[in-house]
Amino acid sequence: MKILVPVKRVVDYNVKVRVKSDGSGVDIANVKMSMNPFDEIAIEEAVRLKEKGVATEVIAVSCGPLQCQETLRTAMAIGADRAILVETSEELQPLAVAKLLKALVDKEAPQLVILGKQAIDDDCNQTGQMLAALLGWGQATFASKVEVEGGVAKVTREVDGGLETLSLALPAIITTDLRLNEPRYVTLPNIMKAKKKPLERVLPADLGVDVAPRIKTLKVSEPPKRSAGIKVADVAALVDKLRNEAKVI
Amino acid sequence: MTSLVIAEHDHASIRPATLNTVTAAIQCGAGTGEVHVLVAGHHAQAAAQAAAAIAGVAKVIHVEGEAFAHGLAENVAAQVIALAASYSHLLFPATASGKNIAPRVAALLDVGQISDITKVDAADTFERPIYAGNAIATVQSTDAVKVITVRTTGFDAAASTGGAATVETPGGVADSGKSSFVGSEIAKSDRPELTAAKIIVSGGRALGSSERFHAVLEPLADKLGAALGASRAAVDAGYAPNDWQVGQTGKIVAPQLYVAIGISGAIQHLAGMKDSKVIVAINKDGEAPIFSVADYGLEADLFAAVPELTGAL
Repeated sequence: MKILVPVKRVVDYNVKVRVKSDGSGVDIANVKMSMNPFDEIAIEEAVRLKEKGVATEVIAVSCGPLQCQETLRTAMAIGADRAILVETSEELQPLAVAKLLKALVDKEAPQLVILGKQAIDDDCNQTGQMLAALLGWGQATFASKVEVEGGVAKVTREVDGGLETLSLALPAIITTDLRLNEPRYVTLPNIMKAKKKPLERVLPADLGVDVAPRIKTLKVSEPPKRSAGIKVADVAALVDKLRNEAKVI
Repeated sequence: MTSLVIAEHDHASIRPATLNTVTAAIQCGAGTGEVHVLVAGHHAQAAAQAAAAIAGVAKVIHVEGEAFAHGLAENVAAQVIALAASYSHLLFPATASGKNIAPRVAALLDVGQISDITKVDAADTFERPIYAGNAIATVQSTDAVKVITVRTTGFDAAASTGGAATVETPGGVADSGKSSFVGSEIAKSDRPELTAAKIIVSGGRALGSSERFHAVLEPLADKLGAALGASRAAVDAGYAPNDWQVGQTGKIVAPQLYVAIGISGAIQHLAGMKDSKVIVAINKDGEAPIFSVADYGLEADLFAAVPELTGAL
């Protein structure tokens, strides 16, 4: 069975982004970029399924500018067998990415697509669900445990209040939550090996997909600043402030 | 300009997040459009009655069926699609359930989806946080139907009484057969629900162990009638269950009082709580980033300060 894993190149999670003064977006020039953390978890899970003998091939996919190749190389260093870059300099929204991925799924015929639950830049949490809808497949989002056996995926999901387990008929879509696994560190020999793995480049037009954005960003602004607080000397002062100044207890 | 709110419920009652979503729906219609609520469930008559009593709701569409017993995305999305033609806005609470279903609905309608809105500027223009809340994007949808998830802390709750909506009961869609429910483990708690609590006491890695997490924080939470929360570090270390996690990837909360104990204040944690009215930080590291958002900071050892605080209340 083939597994397809979409990965996204995003601003590194440790970077505190700055809003551009003209309100056109956030300043990501010269900022460290990395693979979206949830996607690392997705690749790791796919590679583990391959190591267990459940999957035969893991294909990593990324949509975006040429630099996404680096992200795909990282995915291959973790253990993906090959990679596909859908190259475009256009702004891609989740619906467009889902359509590009659908075209690739139609071509590659994987039994499972594992995505991260959300990208930490747009914080959308949409692409996996949209892809499931476009393919007419079942979905299990926010997975914290995945077992695949006999054409069925048993997935435990993190829901409000606890956990829920679903059974999905394959082919299906799974999106990863933080606690699904601990992604492995990539080693230098694996980074070298990943350079030799095949990386195919296609254009959205080759896939027949219109990627025009449906949602227009009018402006991006700083969130309201909290006014500076104070440090209190001891517990008594804290209780006094909460009772008499903030009046919250 | 009629809006449909997809209710979150447990078949017997309506979850509070639905009430905030109704408020957002009323704003989308600028006060003149009707708001309808969909209750799709199994033996959910009581929930439908509760939805009909929400102030501002004109109609409740109550769909019964075993296919809806567990809120499976495939079935609920198909049901929403069956109704979608009459609506300009489809709104879901931005909860685990809403986030699961809304994008599926949007893709089936071939429209973009707008996640986690915190403000309605116009019927087609919304504000939403991006980059873990470090920036606010104002976005405009060019699609005919707006599919939206609503960050509940961004909107007041609609009154749960005073409404007198009509209840319609059309037939529901059939089970998709693509997924099935196996079981669930829902944590039992007598405390207020995290996302709806007025006061939250939250602990981080500095608590050191699950035993100490509970031993130190529970008496304080009991005194304050507070919900318990946790940072990702505390959850990953096993001190607290996953669904207590506050942050970008956990729950987004905005209580009256948020007490962060032994939490350094990483960007991802702040994204989940920085809209709280009053933030208190107790941390022995005076340089911890949490102090930059705290209204009142106490630089002290939490194992001494928290019991003292509990005693002083």
